[in-house]
Amino acid sequence: MDISKADKIDYSYIGERGLGEELIREISIMKKEPKWMLEKRLAAYRIYLSKPIPKWGGDISPLHFENIYYYLKPAITEKKSWNEVPKSVKNTFEKIGVPQAERKMLAGVKGQYDSEVIYGSLKENLTKKGVLFLSMDEALKLYPKIIKEYFGTVVPAGDNKLAALNTAVWSGGSFVYVPKGVDVGLPLQAYFRINSESAGQFERTLIVVEEGASVHYIEGCSAPSFSSASLHAAVVEVIVKKKAKVAYTTVQNWYKNIYNLVTKRAWVEEEGEMRWVDGNLGSALTMKYPSCVLAGKGAKAEMLSIAWAGKGQHQDTGAKMIHLAPNTTSQIISKSISKSGGRTSYRGMVQINRGAIGARSKVVCDALILDEQSRSDTYPVNKVFEDDVILEHEAVVSKVSEEQLNYLMSRGLSEHEAEAMVVNGFLEPVMKEVPMEYAVEMNRLVGLEMEGSIG
Amino acid sequence: MLEIYNLKVKTEGKEILKGVNLSIGKGEIVALMGPNGSGKSSLASTIIGNPKYEVKDGKIFFEKRDILDMTSDKRANKGIYLAFQSPIAIPGVTIREMLLVALRAKYKKIKISAMELKNTIEDESKKLHLNNDLLSRGINEGFSGGEKKKMEILQMKVLKPKLLILDEIDSGLDIDALAIIASNVAEMVRKNKMSVLVITHYQRILNYLIPDKVAVMKEGIIVESGGKELVTRLEQHGYK
Repeated sequence: MDISKADKIDYSYIGERGLGEELIREISIMKKEPKWMLEKRLAAYRIYLSKPIPKWGGDISPLHFENIYYYLKPAITEKKSWNEVPKSVKNTFEKIGVPQAERKMLAGVKGQYDSEVIYGSLKENLTKKGVLFLSMDEALKLYPKIIKEYFGTVVPAGDNKLAALNTAVWSGGSFVYVPKGVDVGLPLQAYFRINSESAGQFERTLIVVEEGASVHYIEGCSAPSFSSASLHAAVVEVIVKKKAKVAYTTVQNWYKNIYNLVTKRAWVEEEGEMRWVDGNLGSALTMKYPSCVLAGKGAKAEMLSIAWAGKGQHQDTGAKMIHLAPNTTSQIISKSISKSGGRTSYRGMVQINRGAIGARSKVVCDALILDEQSRSDTYPVNKVFEDDVILEHEAVVSKVSEEQLNYLMSRGLSEHEAEAMVVNGFLEPVMKEVPMEYAVEMNRLVGLEMEGSIG
Repeated sequence: MLEIYNLKVKTEGKEILKGVNLSIGKGEIVALMGPNGSGKSSLASTIIGNPKYEVKDGKIFFEKRDILDMTSDKRANKGIYLAFQSPIAIPGVTIREMLLVALRAKYKKIKISAMELKNTIEDESKKLHLNNDLLSRGINEGFSGGEKKKMEILQMKVLKPKLLILDEIDSGLDIDALAIIASNVAEMVRKNKMSVLVITHYQRILNYLIPDKVAVMKEGIIVESGGKELVTRLEQHGYK
């Protein structure tokens, strides 16, 4: 299954490299946006310019921001049927298994190439129930009031430099709206592909789930192999209303020169439940810390993540849980593996504010290091401003022991099989929580990484 | 089945085996006895190909083939199995997952059904009076000493080796567990003509697994060998 080559597609717009106010105005005009959105973009651009490049986390210096294409519009409008999608694009999606999965187990699909969504579907029964699954661009045209109400409320442009950049140049991404009491059932899947060299992909996703409703949203990501660095800087905002449930699963397998700098955050109201499941493979550097603001009493949040760093890769990942209300609970389980000189970092924060009486949080971060060249670090921060709370934190860094490999080899497993088995065992506590199809996919990707990094 | 000639082995810079000669025939039970630190476990580790044990001289033949150049997994797939004295835990990996990969490595051409394997494991687990809950846990994860030993035997019964090495399987076992383990081993000797090398300090296990031959090891060499009557004498007089 080779998805490492770029698909030959035509582009109807390729902007200049680099970013300026003019390009932002141009994007907004091409998208026929309302004036308030252009103003938001321009204000965000000024914030972007005013903020320094973060010094903490990974090394962004190989990425030349002035060399990036900030807007690449494929000459394909969004199609509702795979038959209308150009063949090379369709083939890539088939290799990844998207149309097959759509038939079997998905309620809806979005596919994005570079800056624009080029395929979209949603099961009819859900449309009838008032569920919306649109590209953000389409949503802004059709439902400007809803977008205006929520856009940038969970991740404001001033949150960080990359969030400001995204707000300034965003294009594509999904808008999901689930009306009160509706259970979407089967997952919705979005698939993001960077298809051009030096491309920047800045999709913007907004998910609003009304009282008592529930949805599982899945995103997959990939990119072909290019020699120069590309940038993926998405913003995801999730609003979980009272008693609503949202699961957000990411299986990313970026090519190894993508800088993946993503801001994801959920706002969770009374007795709402948010779960992030994050599989971070590929990329040169990933800096991603999905967060939950537990705003209503009894709200629950969970973060399950695995990260793999091979040669030349740095996965700087973690989570943030911010408890604002009483009896809120959160759990973070993070498992990372480094091999062949790769580096993983866990960076996490749990904050329990005054008034969040009875809040509980548990953090487990385990790192497995497969050889002497590889590295793992843990940077946890706990801020507790309330007395009557429970906060647990466990962190274990381990190595695959020779003794374990010898034991398994004495049963007839090759060295490679033995190592893979120890790694699978290490990931098992997270994998058993992930829907089976995605656990299988993540295991497969980990297996490929292990094969690819032999010797 | 197994022939060892003049085996000299170093580990951690120390010569630990100083010219061992030993042979085990098909379906034979051979007891290897001797004081602590005499090199019995090192011999077991060398036979299975643990890379920490460096062979300086001598030969090991298994079914008439020189196995010294083979890695541990190749030797296992030829039919050599060691029941470890204190097996390590593999968190998150069940016995079934591990055995499925092991069997597929061993029988490359035969299709191994995961469902059949599950049934086989459960049957064997019953014969060993093991609690079925252990089968869904990580291998040896939080197992008691006795459970670990039984799990070693369970794996052996599924993998069906031609040569089984028991490295002090009797240490820390109560008499009931010992009898159960011994009868499971005896079943394999009877049915499959499996050969067994029993490494032990005590006569106890040899009451269940009657040895055809007994060898005594001291300071890295076999100092004495004979029939099963040797066991009684050693038990009475020690390794003088």
